[in-house]
Amino acid sequence: MAEDTVYMSTPDEFGRFGEFGGRFVPEALMPACLELEDAFLDAWSDREFLAEYRSVLADFAGRPTPITPLARLSERLGISVYAKREDLAHTGSHKINNVVGQTLLTVRMGKSRVIAETGAGQHGVATATAAARLGLACTIFMGEVDTKRQELNVFRMELLGATVVPVTSGSRTLKDAVNEAMREWVTCVEDTHYCLGSVMGPHPFPWMVREMQSIIGHEAARQLRDVRVGTPDYVVACVGGGSNAAGVFAGFANSSAQLIGVEAAGGAAVGHGSPGVLHGMRSLIMQDEFGQIEEAHSISAGLDYPGIGPEHAHLAASGRARYVEVGDEVIIDALRTLSELEGIIPALESAHAVAWLIREAGREIPLGSTVLLNMSGRGDKDVAQVLSILRSGS
Amino acid sequence: MKSLERHLRALRETGVKALVPYFMAGVTTDWVRHVEAAIAGGANAVEIGVPFSDPMMDGIVIQEAGLRSLANGTTLDSLCAEVAGLALGVPLIAMSYYNVFHHYGLAASARRLADSGIDGAIVPDLSPEEAEPWRDACHSVDVATVFLVAPSTPSERVTRIATMSEGFVYASARMAVTGRASDLGAAPRVVAAVREATDLPTFVGIGITTPEQAREAAQVADGVIVGSALVRTILDGASPADTEALVNSFRRALD
Repeated sequence: MAEDTVYMSTPDEFGRFGEFGGRFVPEALMPACLELEDAFLDAWSDREFLAEYRSVLADFAGRPTPITPLARLSERLGISVYAKREDLAHTGSHKINNVVGQTLLTVRMGKSRVIAETGAGQHGVATATAAARLGLACTIFMGEVDTKRQELNVFRMELLGATVVPVTSGSRTLKDAVNEAMREWVTCVEDTHYCLGSVMGPHPFPWMVREMQSIIGHEAARQLRDVRVGTPDYVVACVGGGSNAAGVFAGFANSSAQLIGVEAAGGAAVGHGSPGVLHGMRSLIMQDEFGQIEEAHSISAGLDYPGIGPEHAHLAASGRARYVEVGDEVIIDALRTLSELEGIIPALESAHAVAWLIREAGREIPLGSTVLLNMSGRGDKDVAQVLSILRSGS
Repeated sequence: MKSLERHLRALRETGVKALVPYFMAGVTTDWVRHVEAAIAGGANAVEIGVPFSDPMMDGIVIQEAGLRSLANGTTLDSLCAEVAGLALGVPLIAMSYYNVFHHYGLAASARRLADSGIDGAIVPDLSPEEAEPWRDACHSVDVATVFLVAPSTPSERVTRIATMSEGFVYASARMAVTGRASDLGAAPRVVAAVREATDLPTFVGIGITTPEQAREAAQVADGVIVGSALVRTILDGASPADTEALVNSFRRALD
């Protein structure tokens, strides 16, 4: 990498990060994407908007989230691990950062309704939460398969006043929920904002969502300086679409830290994908030999996505970040290890990052290294699933 | 000027309103017979759907047809092989999502279409901003790229799209995905906006369900595209003869 390269700055005028990104949407949605880009640029340079965004994150969402030294895990692994505690944010994950920003932007654009896709339900719950706070109507698209797997999250969204639409097209999971949200958006773009949940989709979403999540990395960098840890040797985060990873990487992109994205082996767009166009973006996509999109399969619904955000594809191509994978079989052990050693039950998604640390400490990660682990979400939503996996003995 | 445009301009000069039915390739084993039947019933060009797993711009009918076609093993190669060598006498226009061509290779796909006698392509998720590589690939092989104008498209974008579109301009009647609708929506306004910007033939599509709607649309436009209404009947078991009769009912409404 060239020494003067600046990573994770703004994309080019077409919304591209290197050869990835762009805007591949039906013409009906192009004006809305252009309007959103203008509105975001305007808001993101407006002190009043930023002040409101930060104050809602503080007073409503519970920021800043702490950094926790994971003493017993560190001792076990022979490395120093610090967790950025997004699991302590309101609604239980980093998803709230993005939806607070996008719902404020919705109001600023004069729209009265938000729609969103969700997989496991975390982004859906976060969107319903932020929408309720502002009195916005809210419709969440969720694959029918996922509505059955995550019945309690469906009820949470309904308690928050949202309408949950089970998606029965295609594979009835997250990628189909995105398709359906896009189809809905075409019909109501006048008064409705599509509150996309990850650093994916057409420009400006990948950039905007990264910016709204970058508070994770900027906070963490400051907190690590405050406790005299300074720049960690590694910054590690799980990656589905990649919003929590993009957020934490943003604080360290131009530092000496190695950036590691951990994909689920069954949803590894960097590991097993190739350049393709899906959901409005050119990125790395899991697809068959004919360019048909493959379904991802992971123990964690939040990583069950056959693509990855275009900026991650670019960070991978440029070598600035590295993407590794772990299989379903080590996730439950990682979740139990962290729970027993640290009193933190991680989300199955976040447990992927923990599993990689456990596997690689003393191997790829030299003993004595300092690691920042992004604890993207809490495991409450997953305990029923974990229980049934443990009971079935698999 | 691409062959498709020459053909469609010539058709307009004869005073005939273009009738362009859509068929999903590979949805049934006899889908090519439906294409032939449609031409016998009075179609002036045929849109051929290339199935994609994630058709963002399509409603439930075309989605179902696409999934059925994929389950039947349809690929770009297989459908091109089926249409190549047919002497249909009307232009064929492929309609697919960009990833299918992107993955096959832009130059290779454009050549494959051309070699199979396909004259144009509609790629609804390929915005004008991203279209340069595809247009370059199509340039030397005489495949026209048709762009859509939506009711939400502001006038300066209409001009830009009309300048880039080849063959005809696809005027979306409504802010919706493909499927049935009860009226013409914004079609007259969209067509008027396109006419301000270009003298390319302008066809109305998205939601044209009945011959009566087709007649109304053709009063302002140069032609109509009929998709879901035909595909629905094929999914429900229509024979090629049924398709010919249905297409002919649209033909009579336009003449």
